[in-house]
Amino acid sequence: MPRKDINLPYKIQYLSILDENGKLDKKLDPNLSEDLLMKLYRAMVLSRKFDERMLTLQRQGKIGTFAPIKGQEAQIGAVAVLEPDDWLVPSFREMAAELWRGKKMENILSLYAGYNEGGEIPEGFNNLPVSIPVGSQTLHAAGIAYAIRYRKQKQVAMTFFGDGATSEGDFHEAMNFAAVFQVPAIFICQNNHWAISVPRSHQTRSKTLAQKALAYEMPGIQVDGNDVLAVYAAAKEAVDRGRSGEGPTFIECVTYRMSVHTTADDPKKYRSEEEVEGWVKKDPITRFEKYLRDKNLMDDDQVKATEEEVSGEIKEAVGRWEDFIKKTPDPLSMFEHLLEELPPHVEQQREELKAEQAQRKGGK
Amino acid sequence: MAKMTMVQAINLALMQEMEKDDGVMVLGEDVGKDGGVFRVTDNLMDKFGPERVMDTPLAESGIAGFSIGMALHGLKPVCEMQFSGFSYFAMHQLEAHAARLRGRSLGRFHVPMVLRAPYGGGVRALEHHSESREAYFAHTPGLKMVIPSTPRNARALLVSAIRDPDPVIFFEPKALYRAFREEVPEDEETLPIGKSRIAREGKDVTVISYGATLHSVMEAAEKLEEEDGVQVEVIDLLTISPLDDELFSESARRTGRVVVAHEAPRSFGAGAEVIARLVEKSFLYLEAPVRRVTGFDIVIPLYQREMDYLPGVNRVMQGVRETLDF
Ligand SMILES: Cc1ncc(C[n+]2csc(CCOP(=O)(O)OP(=O)(O)O)c2C)c(N)n1
Ligand SMILES: [Mg+2]
Repeated sequence: MPRKDINLPYKIQYLSILDENGKLDKKLDPNLSEDLLMKLYRAMVLSRKFDERMLTLQRQGKIGTFAPIKGQEAQIGAVAVLEPDDWLVPSFREMAAELWRGKKMENILSLYAGYNEGGEIPEGFNNLPVSIPVGSQTLHAAGIAYAIRYRKQKQVAMTFFGDGATSEGDFHEAMNFAAVFQVPAIFICQNNHWAISVPRSHQTRSKTLAQKALAYEMPGIQVDGNDVLAVYAAAKEAVDRGRSGEGPTFIECVTYRMSVHTTADDPKKYRSEEEVEGWVKKDPITRFEKYLRDKNLMDDDQVKATEEEVSGEIKEAVGRWEDFIKKTPDPLSMFEHLLEELPPHVEQQREELKAEQAQRKGGK
Repeated sequence: MAKMTMVQAINLALMQEMEKDDGVMVLGEDVGKDGGVFRVTDNLMDKFGPERVMDTPLAESGIAGFSIGMALHGLKPVCEMQFSGFSYFAMHQLEAHAARLRGRSLGRFHVPMVLRAPYGGGVRALEHHSESREAYFAHTPGLKMVIPSTPRNARALLVSAIRDPDPVIFFEPKALYRAFREEVPEDEETLPIGKSRIAREGKDVTVISYGATLHSVMEAAEKLEEEDGVQVEVIDLLTISPLDDELFSESARRTGRVVVAHEAPRSFGAGAEVIARLVEKSFLYLEAPVRRVTGFDIVIPLYQREMDYLPGVNRVMQGVRETLDF
C-alpha cells in the first residue's frame, strides 16, 4: 500500500476584520449596532483606565500583586456575545471581561488588597471567580458545558486562559473531554506572547496555538486578538455553534501583554522595549477609536467625554472600596465559607481567634 | 565568609554543585533567563547554558515526570515548582513514580531528584501563594521532605539533597528568602538529611518548630526569658520526613513540657506526628498536655487576614505559658 494523505475535516484560518489603522474589511463586517459599538468602546476605555488606576494603587502600596490586562482589552468582544446566564470561566487576566459581566470594581480592588470579600460574584451572572492555577479552570468549563447539554439548555461555557496554559495537561484534557462529549464550550486562548519570561515560541513548537484544536477534531481559529470585531465575530460563530449542539470551539486571540506579568515582575530581564513598542501600533483601543471616528460615531469631544465619564465611575468605585476598608471587616470572617457547616474543632479554633482578638482589644 | 540571604545561599549551593557535577541540572518555569521569580536561580543560565538550566514549558506534572526520567538515566535534576501551591499538579508523578520506582524495580533503579519550591505565608501574596502543605509530601512513603530555616542551613541541606540518592522535596520558606542575612562559608558544607538541631538551649519547656515559624518561636523564647524568666529549648526539625524523633524526645524528657509550632493547618500536620512519637516514646515523661500552636484548619485567607492566621510570637508565648501553667 502506498502512503497517502489523510484529510482532516478542519483547517486553521486567521481572521482579522479591523486592521491596525482601523480600516474595516467590509466583507467581514459583523454589522454590530451603533449602540453595541459604542458600548464596546466605552468598556475597553474603562478597562484600560481602571487597569492604570490599579497599577497606581499597587505602586502606592494600597493593593497587592495583580496581573495587569493592558493591551488585552479586546477580550471584551468575546464576552459581549454571551448572555448573563452563560458561564464565564476566567483565568486571572480577564478583568476587562469581568467588568463587562457585572463585576464591581470595588470588589476587584478588595480582592487584590487581600480581602476575600472581593470574590463576590455579580448578581445574575454565572461568572466563576478568578482562577490562578494555570489552565486548571478549562476543565470546569468542559464539565459545566456537559451539564448544560445534559439538561438540554441553551447556555454555553466560555473559558479564558493564556498561551502558557496550553502546555498544561489540564488544558489538553479539557479540550479532549469537550470534543469527545461535543459540549457547548468555547476555549478562548489569550495568546499574549509571554508566559512570564517564556516567549510563545519557546512554549510550543506549534506554529499556531489554534492548530492544537485539530488534534481533538475541534474547529479552531486564530484571530487578531487586538481587533474587537474579529474577536466578536469568531466568538459569535462559536457560541452559535455551541447553542445549536454542534460542540466546542477553540479561538486563539493573538494579542500582547503590554505591561508587566504581575506587579512583582520585571520584564526588562527578558524582553526588549522595542518589542513592546512595536505593539503600541496595534493597540486595540486606538484602532477601534479610529474606526468609530471614520464612521462618524466619535469625535474629539466624545473621546474626552468618555474618558471623563469612566474616570468618574472609577473614582466612585474607589470611594466605595475605601469605605469598605474603613469598616475594617472582621478577621473572623476567615472562618466563613469553608464548608456548609463548620466542623466543631474548627468552630473551636474560631473561638480561639475571637478570644485573642478580644484580648488584643483589651490592650494586651 | 560572606553574609548572605537565603536566596543567595541556595543559589550558591546550586552554583557549586553544578560546577562540581555536570549531571546536576536545573529546570522549571522561568528559572533560566529570568533567574526564577525570586531570583534563586539567577545567573545559572549564563554560566551553564540552556542545556543545563532549562526554561521548561508551563507544566508541573511535566517538570516532575521529566525530572524522574532524567534521574533514572543518571542525571541529578533539581527542578523548581514556582510556588508550592502549584506542586499538586506534580503530585501524581511524585507519589506514583518518584517515590516508588526504587521499590518497583527492586532496587535496580532509583530517583535522585530534588524538587524545590517556595512555600508558606507572610509575603502578602495572591491566592495559592501562601500555603504550607508539607504534610502531603511527608505523608508519602518514599519521599524525603526537608525545610530549612536559615541561609546557612538552607545551603548545606540543599547540597545534601542534591547528593541524596532518593527524591527530596525541598520547601523554602519564602518569608525568609530575604528576611535576614547569615554568614555562609564559601567552602563546601553539608548537613545530614533526617537530623534536627537544637536552635536554642533551655531547661523548662521544649518548643518544636521549623521553617519561618521557627523565627517567631525564637523571638517568643527570648521574650519569655525576659518577661517570665523561663528557659525555652527550641528544636528546629529541618527534616520533616524522615522525622528525627531522637533529638526532640531527648529534650522532651528533660523538660517534660512540649509545644509544637507550625504555620500549616493543625489537623494531620507535622505537629500531629511529632506528638504521636512523643506519646509513643516519652509518654511517662510528660508533665503537661502537648500544645499545638499552628495555622487554623481553614484555607489560609488572603493577605489582609494572613497575620491573624499565622501563629506569631504572641500565640507561641501564650501556648508556652499555658503549658507551663498546667
Ligand atoms: C499551575 C501554575 N503554575 C505556575 C503558576 C505561576 N504562573 C502564574 S501566571 C504564569 C504564566 C502564565 O502564562 P500564560 O498562560 O501565557 O498567561 P498570561 O500570564 O500570559 O496571561 C505562571 C507560570 C501558576 N499560577 N499556576
Ligand atoms: Mg501569556
